[in-house]
Amino acid sequence: MLLDAQHVTKTFGGLVAVNDVSLTVEPGSIVSVIGPNGAGKTTFFNVLTGIYKPTSGRILFDGAEITGLRPDQITQRGIARTFQNIRLFNNMTVLENVLVGMHGRLRAGLWGSLFLTPAVRAEEQSARKRAFELLAFVGLERKHSELAKNLPYGDQRRLEIARAMATQPKLILLDEPTAGMNPQETGEAIHLIRRLRDELGITVILIEHDMRVVMTISERVTVLDYGAKIAEGKPEEIRNNPQVIEAYLGRGAVVA
Amino acid sequence: MRALSASSPLSALNRGPLAYVLLTAYLLLTSALLLTNTRTSLGTDILFILFLLGFLLIYRARVAGLYKLALGAIMLLAIVPYFGAQNAYYIELAIQAGIFVALALGLNVVVGFAGLLDLGYVAFFAVGAYLWGIFSTDQAAQFLPGFTPLAAESFYLFLALGLFIGAFFGALLGLPVLRLRGDYLAIVTLGLGEVIRVLAVNLDRPVNITNGSQGIKSIARPPLPDVMRTLLPGLSDPQLYQLLIYLMALLVVGLSVFVVYRLKNSRIGRAWEAIREDETAAIAMGVPLVRMKLLAFAVGASFAGAMGVLFAAKQQFINPPTFDLLRSIGILSMVILGGMGSIPGAILGGMLVTLLDLQILPRIATELGALKRQGVVIPDWFDPAQYQRALFGLLLIIMMIFRPEGILPDQRRSEEMHAGAPARPSGGPDQSN
Repeated sequence: MLLDAQHVTKTFGGLVAVNDVSLTVEPGSIVSVIGPNGAGKTTFFNVLTGIYKPTSGRILFDGAEITGLRPDQITQRGIARTFQNIRLFNNMTVLENVLVGMHGRLRAGLWGSLFLTPAVRAEEQSARKRAFELLAFVGLERKHSELAKNLPYGDQRRLEIARAMATQPKLILLDEPTAGMNPQETGEAIHLIRRLRDELGITVILIEHDMRVVMTISERVTVLDYGAKIAEGKPEEIRNNPQVIEAYLGRGAVVA
Repeated sequence: MRALSASSPLSALNRGPLAYVLLTAYLLLTSALLLTNTRTSLGTDILFILFLLGFLLIYRARVAGLYKLALGAIMLLAIVPYFGAQNAYYIELAIQAGIFVALALGLNVVVGFAGLLDLGYVAFFAVGAYLWGIFSTDQAAQFLPGFTPLAAESFYLFLALGLFIGAFFGALLGLPVLRLRGDYLAIVTLGLGEVIRVLAVNLDRPVNITNGSQGIKSIARPPLPDVMRTLLPGLSDPQLYQLLIYLMALLVVGLSVFVVYRLKNSRIGRAWEAIREDETAAIAMGVPLVRMKLLAFAVGASFAGAMGVLFAAKQQFINPPTFDLLRSIGILSMVILGGMGSIPGAILGGMLVTLLDLQILPRIATELGALKRQGVVIPDWFDPAQYQRALFGLLLIIMMIFRPEGILPDQRRSEEMHAGAPARPSGGPDQSN
């Protein structure tokens, strides 16, 4: 198991945002988390990445417990993420965005940076080289010196993925990577996500609303509703699960 | 400076050999005029400002970096000291400008780079000043029985110590505000800054550490190196002391520029910028927020600590009102006026505000006063001397309306401020850099 979330619960006051959700993810798989709006998917991501501490439950990653670690420590262990409402460093260049993602993998400290030691110089150079490789991977290498905020929407999504990849993750969490995209862009995004796994061997968990995307690329699907897990299985099982259909379409839809 | 931008008609003057000739000619002319008019007067004031404008020209000119460096060094290390030896008022001005440039550079790290609005920055300046003030006088004996004032030679040690003590206090006052952002951060840092000043006022009882509101007198100056006496036999001791302080200030400014420049273009500078842009995204990308914020506070405060030591040695007297909130706000206005996050901007802002404060505005007031005495009708309620601050405020407001990103903004900050504005034709006022 790469990721093993056990009975994770997150409450805000009286609101149970995530209710006793367990999720296991095999290395090298692509897994989707779906559910209606407000089902707690993003909160679940925020718990996994340490932005929220779970109220109860444990999270194991790569065999070690990461429950309660800070987000930067969790990133250091190998979980990267993108955000539902893109959160790039808008006034930094595309290249710099990716370089920030490498922060945890670089060693240059205060004195090294001040005196620009040969080690730091070499590190910067190789970081830049790797950043360009990542940008090439997502197809943004020509736009490396543009400000992130000036990129078109689809490119911003891709830059977020490149930035997340810069943290050298084993697992990447994508929060609605195709939201707001037209069919062509969605197709490209699916292709990119597949390549993450196939070419770089990275495990992917995605939150997704677009059922075509979910059904096309996921190997397993977990369904949340009102914070609780209501179904889990292969895409085709989920597609025909009456509880899932009810959660999405309301009671009566199954009968009809 | 805009006249020299690529898109303006004057840009032809800033190209090829002509740029060298014009730049050198300008500097020679202003230097020569300055050195032949050393009496304090309106004319000399204007010449001095024109001379200082030369630095901006050096910065903007398209000439080789080495040539720029050489010109700047000649101006700073030869012409300013020589001129200053003739007229103590102007070298004092240069020293003050140097002190505030370093402070602006330090605050720029915190506010401009990391986006942490700090309104209590002068506290670290105070810490440095009191550090040297206490230990170089018999003040320390008040709470350390048997302590004899440190020899003046230890000034140099304390200048370095000021860096570290400043950094330490920067991190210390940074700790309680780590979780705060924006306005809340500003309010709390404002309070903490005042705490330091109030401590300086009140730490005279039960144990007299700071001598309270009386301040500390007869603070030691750094000893004059014999080299200076032999090299400049014509100068009196006070002149030599001023020169020494000037050189020290230059040293600290140089160090500050070096440090902020290196850090800005490093992994650390990128992390700061990321924090400024989006804290949540930054931490999710593996940037340790706490460590990086504390580092920003520490680095920013370190220059203030060192400059505090130098300031105490220059004034030979310090008391708490010097380190009040208005001073913090003054330094912040330098950073904003120059352009947040921009190193040349902070330097320019520091110089400009100091000049406005100590030279230009008082000069306007005196000249208006003189006109009034000659019979020009100026209403009685308008006392020019009292309207200095109002004029300064007005200038700030005008700046914020027409050039919110500052005079020499960071490239990116400029675009941020004008995002959404209709594209201006090239050569328009705000597309120049």
